[in-house]
Parts: sequence; C-alpha cells; structure tokens
Amino acid sequence: MRLSANPTTDTVLKLATVSVAMFAFVFVVMVPLYNVLCDALGINGKTSAQAYTAVDAAVDTGRSITVQFIATNNDGMPWEFRPQVTAMAVHPGAANDTVFFAANPTTQDMVAQAIPSVSPSRAAEYFHKTECFCFNQQPLGGESNTLMPLQFIVDQDLPKDIKTITLSYTLFDVTARVSDQIAAR
Amino acid sequence: MGDHHHGPATGIGRWLFTTNHKDIGTMYLWFSFAMFILGGTFAMIIRAELFQPGMQLVEPGFFNQMTTLHGLVMVFGAIMPSFVGLANWLIPMMIGAPDMALPRMNNWSFWILPPGFLMLASTLFMEGGAPAFGWTFYAPLSTTYAAPSVTFFIFAIHILGVSSIMGSINIIATVMNMRAPGMTYMKMPLFVWTWLITAFLLVAVMPVLAGAVTMMLMDIHFGTSFFSAAGGGDPVLFQHIFWFFGHPEVYIIILPAFGVVSQIIPAFSRKPLFGYASMVYATASIAFLSFIVWAHHMYTVGMPVAGELFFMYATMLIAVPTGVKVFNWITTMWRGALSFETPMLFCIGFLILFTIGGFTGLMLSIAPADFQYHDTYFVVAHFHYVMVAGAVFSMTAAVYYWLPKWSGRMYNETMGKVHFWISFVGFNITFFPQHFVGLAGMPRRIPDYALQFADFNMMSSIGAFIYGASQILFLYNVLATIIAGEKVTDEKVWDGAEGLEWTIPTPAPYHTFEVPPKLDAAHA
Repeated sequence: MRLSANPTTDTVLKLATVSVAMFAFVFVVMVPLYNVLCDALGINGKTSAQAYTAVDAAVDTGRSITVQFIATNNDGMPWEFRPQVTAMAVHPGAANDTVFFAANPTTQDMVAQAIPSVSPSRAAEYFHKTECFCFNQQPLGGESNTLMPLQFIVDQDLPKDIKTITLSYTLFDVTARVSDQIAAR
Repeated sequence: MGDHHHGPATGIGRWLFTTNHKDIGTMYLWFSFAMFILGGTFAMIIRAELFQPGMQLVEPGFFNQMTTLHGLVMVFGAIMPSFVGLANWLIPMMIGAPDMALPRMNNWSFWILPPGFLMLASTLFMEGGAPAFGWTFYAPLSTTYAAPSVTFFIFAIHILGVSSIMGSINIIATVMNMRAPGMTYMKMPLFVWTWLITAFLLVAVMPVLAGAVTMMLMDIHFGTSFFSAAGGGDPVLFQHIFWFFGHPEVYIIILPAFGVVSQIIPAFSRKPLFGYASMVYATASIAFLSFIVWAHHMYTVGMPVAGELFFMYATMLIAVPTGVKVFNWITTMWRGALSFETPMLFCIGFLILFTIGGFTGLMLSIAPADFQYHDTYFVVAHFHYVMVAGAVFSMTAAVYYWLPKWSGRMYNETMGKVHFWISFVGFNITFFPQHFVGLAGMPRRIPDYALQFADFNMMSSIGAFIYGASQILFLYNVLATIIAGEKVTDEKVWDGAEGLEWTIPTPAPYHTFEVPPKLDAAHA
C-alpha cells in the first residue's frame, strides 16, 4: 500500500504511523493485557477484586489447608493493622470467617485501602473471597478502631501439593487521593 | 537553490540552519563527546566516593543522583547520539546518496537534543536535587518517592525520544529510497545494514519509553494509578513496560557498533568480510529476539516458573547469532595481511572484551543463578564490558578510522596507540575486579560498602581515573589532527579500505554524490 506518490513521503508516513501506534500500544494493549493475564493466570499473587459467589460444592473434609494472615503498613501509614488470628486450618470448599483489627491513632479522619497478595502465587486463583474489606476503601475516624471482616473459600481444585497459603495485606493511606477525587468532581 | 553548489555558510548560522548531513553529523559527534565528558565526570565522582569504604566526599542522596545521571547521560547523551552522528556522516557516503532523505528534519533531530539535556542537567540545581532513582527509574521510586524535578526528567526523556524517532525515520527513508543505482540491499556495507535494523528498533520502542514516562507523569500529576498499588495499579507493570523498551535499547546501542567493527576489521585484514550474508541475518535475528527477552531483567519479581524458563531459553538463544558474528570477525582476520593501526587495535580490544561481556551476559541469563547476581556489581561489570568496551571502543575506532577522510588530516598514530593501551588497561583495571565484588555480594548504586570489598574498589577507582584521563589524550589527538595534522590527499586513506566513501576526494567535499556513482565490480 502506498500512502504517497513520493517514495520518501510514503516511507515517512508509514514509519510515523508505526511510532504513533507503538505509543498507543502501551496504553491500549500492554496495560490491559497485563491486568487480564494477571487475573486469568493468577500470577503476581493477585486475587480477584470482586466478591466470589459461592457455588454449591462438597466440603473436602479429608484435606486441611493452613491459611496464614499477614498485615503490613505501607511506608508512612500510621494505622495499627493486624489479623485477629494469624493462622487457621480450613477444609477446601468450606466458608471461613475471620477479622482484621485496624485502629487510626491520629486525630484526623482517614481512608485506607488494603491490597491483597497470595503466596504461592499459583494458589491465588483458588483462593476465593466472598466478602472482604479489601473490596472497598475503609474510612476510619481519628482515634477510633474497627474490626474488618473477611470471608473466604479455598477451592476444592487447589493443587494437591499446596498445603499452606499465605494471604498478605498491605494497607495504603489513600486519604489524599480520595479528597483529590472529591475535589475534582 | 542558488547556493546549492557553494560551500558551507559562514558564522554560527552555518551550524544553526544547516541541512548538510556532514555538518549535522559533526555536531552530533561533538555533542556526544561533550556528553561523554559530562557523564564521565559523574562517573569520576562515583569512583572517588567508592575509593575507600565509609562516606568520603558526597552525601548519599547526591551519590544516587550521580549514578542516575551517569547512566542517563551516557546512554541517551553519549552513545546513542554518537552513532547517529556517525550514521549522518557515513550512510549517504556509503550508499552513494547526496544527503539524508529529510535534511530539514535532520536539523531538528539534532537541535532539540541540547535543550533536552540542558533540562535534564538543570535538575541538579533544583530543590530536592536531580533524579536519584537509577537510570531505570522504577516506579514507585520515580513517582511517589521522587524529587519534584522528576517532571523535568520526564519531559527531557520525551524530547530525546522524539529526536531519536525523527533521526531513525530519516535513516530508514534514506536507506530505502536513496541508494545509488545497483546498490541492492545485499550489497550495502554492513554499517548501513546494522543502522537500518537499529532504526527500526528505535521506531518500535522509543514510543514505548515515551508511554512509560507519560504514565509516570499521569500518576504524579493527574491522579491515575498505573503504577500505584493503592489505586489498583502495579509497580511490576512499570518494569515490564520499561524493559520492553530497555532490552531492544541495548541492541540499539550495540548493533551500530557491530557495523563499525564489520567495516574496520576487513580493512586492516585486507580481506573481504567473512560471511556477509550471515552477518545480515544474524543482525536481524538479534533484533527480533530482543523483543521477547525483556523479563530476564526482572527474574526476581516473582514470575511463574514457566515464565522464568521461557525468558531464560530465549535469552540464551541470542548467543547463537552473536556467536556467528564473533566467529565471522575472527575468520575475517584469519590468514589476513594484518596490520595494527589504532582503529584495528580498538576493534580487536572490542572483540575480546565484548566477548567477555557476552559470556557474563550468558551467566546472568541463567534464571536460578541470577538471583545471586541480581543488582550486584557483577551486573555493573557485565554491562560496562558491553557498553564501554563494546559501544565506546568501536566508536573510538570509528573516529580514528574515518577522521582522515572527514578532515583530510592524519592523526598522530603513536598517540593513538598510547590512547588505546591506556584505555584498554585502565578499562580492565576498572571493571574486571567488579566481577569479583559482585559475585561476593556487593550491591550496585550504594555509596558505601563492607570492608572486605575495599581493595578491589580502590583498584576499580584507580583504573577509572586512568581510563578517564586517557580520554583527554583522545580529545587532544583529535583537535591536534583537525588543526595541524599531517595532510592526506589519497582517496583511499587506508590501503585495505573498501566502499564508496573511499572513492570521493579527501577531505570529503561539502557535497558528495550529487550525481549517483556508477558501481564498478570492486564496489558492487
């Protein structure tokens, strides 16, 4: 295909198109593709950001999986943040409940966002959350505390060699981000 | 075009408004040398601080700014523009074209570079200091935790990206449309081939880099969360995008160097290049593979095993075409009538040291071993063997080789050889010990180190001062040649040199090949 009768102009137009396309490629292909791949393959330890709808399935009482909980504050986050229990033994297919404790020691109202990560990363796609405080931003008044619920099911199809799953939450301070968005509206 | 057949304009206007490929090439070469000295100064500050353990001269924050700016200035300011300058000078002369295809755009590609680097260098004097997050500018170091000057850094990257893309489009348009009749693709000199492929790499990946810094800009100023986990983004995504640009980038730097060596080794072996066609295919294979190996820079981010294996095997595969090239260069020299003028010495230095750098690259490609080498001085040693002894040595060889043709004057051969030997020895004293401290676990980009690394670091620093000083000798030699070198008038400055650029008068006239040359058997 010729874009111009002048061969030099033709070459330049084609190459300029390629470079513009590559710039667009980063935004419209690489970023969504990365997120889709991480979601579909459960790599990077990312769990789904949506609540899981429990399916009717038998509880596999013959297997016991240890689920460990870790809570970390991101740099500069002043909250107290920890799991109420640090580990529990669960059966695949069964719904389990636990809570995380959070306290805001400052005098300001703050908003936090917890970001989950599952290790080993292969287990991420078998770790379903039916309810999680990480699905939403968590506002908390100054000098107050709260218990944040988590309900999860470990899938019956979890590979046999996985006996321990570690769920880690990092808590980010998103107060400034939220107020910016409100101001922008 | 009344002044078409006249020589250059006079005064500063000649340089500001020139559309002549030789003038623009000269400006690129001088600009890149200035950047080489600037980046070298930053390196000297780094090595002076590391001369002894403990904090000696500079604050840790300033040290980080030095490592960052050293990398950025050397990669984007010194090496890349120097090869663009070489391409400007040589490609029209090698393919029998009167000039580049787009002379006015050529002027722009050069003249937006100095403001871009002025902007980058000015960050040193800003509140909070210059960028201090390493030349790879990983988010969130370069977003959430960066000094405010990062915005100027982002725009500087945009500017030099635009410059590179315009330069590459120009080179491709020239090579595809302006070859002399009879100059088919498979008759082009290898330097032209390597630059053609490099230019395609640049057009493909410089926009990716521009995309990465644009995302940083949006994260910093417009509330997006491409790389911020708190807003649903992912810092690892930055590394994928950066290295999708970054790995082709290292071949953008080294492929023109391969081209230079492929011109010079045959000239001083007095034999045609061995395996011309395989050189072309090897170059193209390396360029293709460069797009599918990027994650070998990030084995430690927690990739699935299948991913680690894929990137490991793909990376190792690059050793095959590279091995073909090294084999061809050695075979070109085999039973040749060798002579060892300065350009040839630098090419042989390149061949030996680049191969060492290639082998350490193979070591780094082994995913399980890389967990030990990652972010240590072993990596620093590896990429300086391929960047300095690879790209810079071949660039130096190119200057010595073509300077007589450009200026009509011969450089001082003895001084050139002294420059080579001081460079070669200084380089190895600097970087060879870094392999050892790296394997023993010394991390890169750290202003202080454990006492056990003291001796090797002192050696490294002494070597760096020797290597740095030898560049002043180089500058003196080049200046002395241009001002008062012995005049040469032979069209073929070197008796073994082949190619169209050796059929025009010496020094090369301001305008060449206004009438396309006829290719005789010797040049076809």
